[in-house]
Amino acid sequence: MIKQNAIPTIIHQVKGFQWPNIGQLLGAAALPIVGIVVFLGLWSLMAKNIDTSLGQFPGPAAVWEQTTTLVDEHNAQMDKADKFYERQEIRNAARVAKDPSYQPKIRAFTGAPTFFQQIWTSLYTVMVGFIVASLIAIPLGIVCGLSKNAYTAINPLIQLFKPVSPLAWLPLVTMVVSAVYVSSDPMFSKSFITSAVTVALCCLWPTLINTAVGVSSIDKDLLNVSKVLRLNALSHVTTIVLPSSIPAIFTGLRLSLGIGWMVLIAAEMLAQNPGLGKFVWDEFQNGSSESLARIMVAVLTIGLIGFILDRVMLVIQRKVSWDKNAVLR
Amino acid sequence: MKDNQMKNTPHLELTQVGIDFPTPKGPFTALQNVNLKIKKGEFISLIGHSGCGKSTVLNIVAGLYQATTGGVILDSKEVNEPGPERAVVFQNHSLLPWLSAYKNVELAVKQTQKGRSKKEIKEWVEHNLELVHMSHAADKLPAEISGGMKQRVGIARALAMEPKVLLMDEPFGALDALTRAHLQDSVMEIHAELGNTVIMITHDVDEAVLLSDRIVMMTNGPEATIGEILPIELERPRNRIALADDPKYNHYRSEVLKFLYEKQRKVESVSEHKAKKVQDKNTKETDVA
Ligand SMILES: Nc1ncnc2c1ncn2[C@@H]1O[C@H](COP(=O)(O)OP(=O)(O)OP(=O)(O)O)[C@@H](O)[C@H]1O
Ligand SMILES: [Mg+2]
Repeated sequence: MIKQNAIPTIIHQVKGFQWPNIGQLLGAAALPIVGIVVFLGLWSLMAKNIDTSLGQFPGPAAVWEQTTTLVDEHNAQMDKADKFYERQEIRNAARVAKDPSYQPKIRAFTGAPTFFQQIWTSLYTVMVGFIVASLIAIPLGIVCGLSKNAYTAINPLIQLFKPVSPLAWLPLVTMVVSAVYVSSDPMFSKSFITSAVTVALCCLWPTLINTAVGVSSIDKDLLNVSKVLRLNALSHVTTIVLPSSIPAIFTGLRLSLGIGWMVLIAAEMLAQNPGLGKFVWDEFQNGSSESLARIMVAVLTIGLIGFILDRVMLVIQRKVSWDKNAVLR
Repeated sequence: MKDNQMKNTPHLELTQVGIDFPTPKGPFTALQNVNLKIKKGEFISLIGHSGCGKSTVLNIVAGLYQATTGGVILDSKEVNEPGPERAVVFQNHSLLPWLSAYKNVELAVKQTQKGRSKKEIKEWVEHNLELVHMSHAADKLPAEISGGMKQRVGIARALAMEPKVLLMDEPFGALDALTRAHLQDSVMEIHAELGNTVIMITHDVDEAVLLSDRIVMMTNGPEATIGEILPIELERPRNRIALADDPKYNHYRSEVLKFLYEKQRKVESVSEHKAKKVQDKNTKETDVA
């Protein structure tokens, strides 16, 4: 009986797999497009009716125009840099030819960073801050999840620091970094360290809390298996604890990365540290008629990058997780 | 493993075992005065009503719970922590979901037989999977095999530890009747071949009579203890079809049923049950108000 019922459903499933419902596929692609088109329409309508001291609020067309301008500016700046290095090389070669003992000096190009260089700076900073925070938060979360005492000891600190806006930390971090990080030939700039530490400070909590919760809610039977097998602490963590809490850890990591990215932009604006935040702030101060459109480009870019970062984490989670069927969103 | 010379010395001994669980309303005595002597190679079934404390007895023998009074002695050593010489087959298989059937068994082998070479480990894992007829699905994840197959792998994992005592908590409780019968036959085969000492919890009277050397019947909790012990003197190997008409078999069966449904009656009549439910509901509603 069971077998007879099962066969048609399997065939049905196989068919469904081979011939995906075209209507559904279209729907899946069409609805987001409808959403975007409606948004663009509303946006340009509203933009026409908002006048600011810097001129009319930019509509989609103005923003698109500025996007191409920013690309052009970037390419121009890159050309300039190439030429600068070319000239420098020729000059140095000439001097070496004249005087073989001369040690050629190589100076870096010092033009203002372009929009795309600012994007890169922000991305790099957020990744470093996020990775540092994760390297602290995951092991600490595991310890808290495994040991009730550790959790009881650390919990008040978590509750105290979790709600603090990282921007409140910023002045403290800035001062501490300038006092502590003194080096004649710094590998990283101070502003980078400040931003990264600020990001790390707020990336810690979601990962820490989610890891601790994930670890402390492992199936009791699996813990009993570990006890019967007398697994030592290390193999207990690697064979039982980590695989069971991967989903919880990734939930924490994705929350952390999202928060870190938001915080970084604000920190860059406030501290005038290089990055997308500084780009926005500079444009605001600049106050030209294109500024608002350029800021809008930055806003959309920030959103897009945040979205991509989350998708990347999801892909990693799929790779790492044993449960390939789990619904990940 | 097959040495019979020790057959008559007590192998596993529970003496005056009792346990109190701390609850908000003070300690709750789940078990009291549990005494049992088990010979090497014996197959024991624990039977009793739900909540009487069968799992608790098993967990004490496994070392997962600590007895409040009395203790357990295995081969003249006191049991006070879990270990692979007392392997447990859990009710819901508890395979690690991220490891294949093979890897699940391998983990147990690597952990318990540290001296073995890679080749020996592989052979031993394969041998144990063969024993439960699971070689064909060795590389499947637990999510990809049926409940009965998972339970088989769970048994293979326990056997691979070469335990002195095999502890099974309702190993076939979640399975359909047909699969259950298959697995019972497998367990009888394996027991005949390896001669492990087995303690199995079951709710199924037929299962208990078919498999056991002795059936240990427990009284209702709290303060549950052993009510009666019924030795099953049926020739092995046993055949379920031949036994169905065997008067001895049916006598044992009715003995167990009598114990459960007359001496340790626990079934409320329907009207009683309903009255209780209504009362519960009322108290809940007043709580909310
Ligand atoms: N960790 C615990 N803390 C408090 N009480 C417990 C604990 N474990 C078991 N008990 C209580 O001890 C009694 C016996 O429980 P146990 O799980 O051993 O029953 P059981 O016979 O295995 O029942 P079932 O057949 O339903 O599995 C129950 O009343 C239960 O509420
Ligand atoms: Mg139980």
